[in-house]
Amino acid sequence: MPVTPEQPARDALFLGASRLATWALLSLLLAILLTLVIGAWPALVEYGPSFLATDAWNPVEDVYGGLGALLGTIVTAVIAMIVGVPVAFGVAIFLTELCPWPLRRPIGTAIELLAAVPSIIYGIWGLFVLAPVMQSTVQPALAATLGQVPGLGRLFSGPPLGIGMLTAGLILAIMILPIVTTILRDVFQTVPPIYRESAYGLGATTWEVVWHVVLPYSRTGAAGAVLLGLGRALGETMAVTFVIGNAHHIKASLFAPGTTIASTLANEFTEAVGDLYTGALIELGLVLFGLTVLVLGAARWLLARTGLEGKAR
Amino acid sequence: MSIVGIRRARNLAVVALATLMTAFALGLLGSVLYTLVGNGIAALSPTLFTESTPPPGSDGGLANAIVGSLIMTGLGLGMALPLGILAGTWLAEIGRGPFADGVRFLNDMLLAAPSIIIGLFIYVVLVVPMRHFSAMAGAAALALIALPIIVRTTEDGLRLVPNPLREAAAALGAPRWVAVVKVSWRAAFQPILTGVLLAVARISGETAPLLFTALNNQFWSTDLNAPMANLPVVIFQFAMSPYADWRDLAWAGAFLITLAVLGLTITARLLTAPRQRTS
Repeated sequence: MPVTPEQPARDALFLGASRLATWALLSLLLAILLTLVIGAWPALVEYGPSFLATDAWNPVEDVYGGLGALLGTIVTAVIAMIVGVPVAFGVAIFLTELCPWPLRRPIGTAIELLAAVPSIIYGIWGLFVLAPVMQSTVQPALAATLGQVPGLGRLFSGPPLGIGMLTAGLILAIMILPIVTTILRDVFQTVPPIYRESAYGLGATTWEVVWHVVLPYSRTGAAGAVLLGLGRALGETMAVTFVIGNAHHIKASLFAPGTTIASTLANEFTEAVGDLYTGALIELGLVLFGLTVLVLGAARWLLARTGLEGKAR
Repeated sequence: MSIVGIRRARNLAVVALATLMTAFALGLLGSVLYTLVGNGIAALSPTLFTESTPPPGSDGGLANAIVGSLIMTGLGLGMALPLGILAGTWLAEIGRGPFADGVRFLNDMLLAAPSIIIGLFIYVVLVVPMRHFSAMAGAAALALIALPIIVRTTEDGLRLVPNPLREAAAALGAPRWVAVVKVSWRAAFQPILTGVLLAVARISGETAPLLFTALNNQFWSTDLNAPMANLPVVIFQFAMSPYADWRDLAWAGAFLITLAVLGLTITARLLTAPRQRTS
């Protein structure tokens, strides 16, 4: 290619454009943070830190407290972790250690594809399939067994409504299952085959190989996978909105309707009038943003240490 | 029982448990798809594609929502694509040092942000000043969700391009922009395209950011400055409604969206599959 006078100019143009795009990206992100803070300002000034200390949420009297939504977010995410993570470990162990070779790719691919299904699909399934089953079978059974245990029983008491915190947590467990399983499988596969083979060669059983070789080797990555699932569960909106029932008051029972930050925003934001109401909702959004960035940042950091950073999407 | 017996029994228990959990997980996820396909196909009809969303109790389709979703997804992609590819190229080919690391970190933050937060942002900066919901705002929200995915996959894709290719271009006297456009982009075409397809799959199913940006519109509208119907929000509103015919339409919409999203995801996977086999 001949060196012509216009080449340096075109070069500068191209480099300038790509640099500009990067700056645009950067300023967009800063704008998001700034905008949320400005939007939340009326509530930030009115309540200060005590915003997150009460579950009083009364748009009629213009009184807002974010504790109910924050607690609901955390409780549903914790239920999702308690139910979903062991299953994800089971499936990942099955896929890396037990599954016959011809089935590994098909089952693995099927689970990866399920991670792409939009959350609204899980929501509509939860509303029409899971909630009726919860109401007719699961919740009465839980109330009759765990509900009788002193202390713990309060979590499983009250009328079986079908929708509520427990159902929302279970939907989240199902939703995070594909992504956590896929990453756990990838993490387990980073264990060098020679380690596994050595253990098997010494006469270890499959379980002993998993417990003494695979899990210790992949500890960091596995923690990253779990945190990634937690981050997803915290920020998930639509699936939860379908089945949680939208009630701000904190109840002891997991059968009771509750709310999460994301579902509060989805349910109430379009109807919010007045600066304080909108501000309180945006402040909730800010809290959720901080929470998910923290959790997912930690997940990404852990996965980057195992060389699986690209997987943390 | 001997030690070997205990070890065998424990192993058997764990193996059985893991297999059972896999069966359980696949069963559950199968149930989601089974319900979706069953209800979705039952609700499919030709009027779905020709008529707009009806009031409760009368016949109708999803034509306005399907077209609305296509318009907003297309517009969103149109906004995110040039910006995302250029920024990703800058990060991979040129950017070094703390500024690039900072941008990368913030891009990861945007990637991690729950989609409803993006909706909040667009509401405050576009919907409030304009004083009404609009398709433009919806498309902007979708663009903001696609943007970090495209930046990330473009950067990752370009990093896979071997440096000798760039050096060869430079040795032939090619200016930087020619080296990027004719060598790097061409070599990284497949991973970049895959990333773009995944971004489209992601935004075509997004509901939360559209709730308070594009809202919904019961009627046929292609006006970008007015609320526009879209499949995800129609599914949400109709599924939560007490009317049986609205719920049927919600299932049909859910089926269509899943079909589109899975189709895009599978295409994206097929694009990357041959590369994995040779490497």
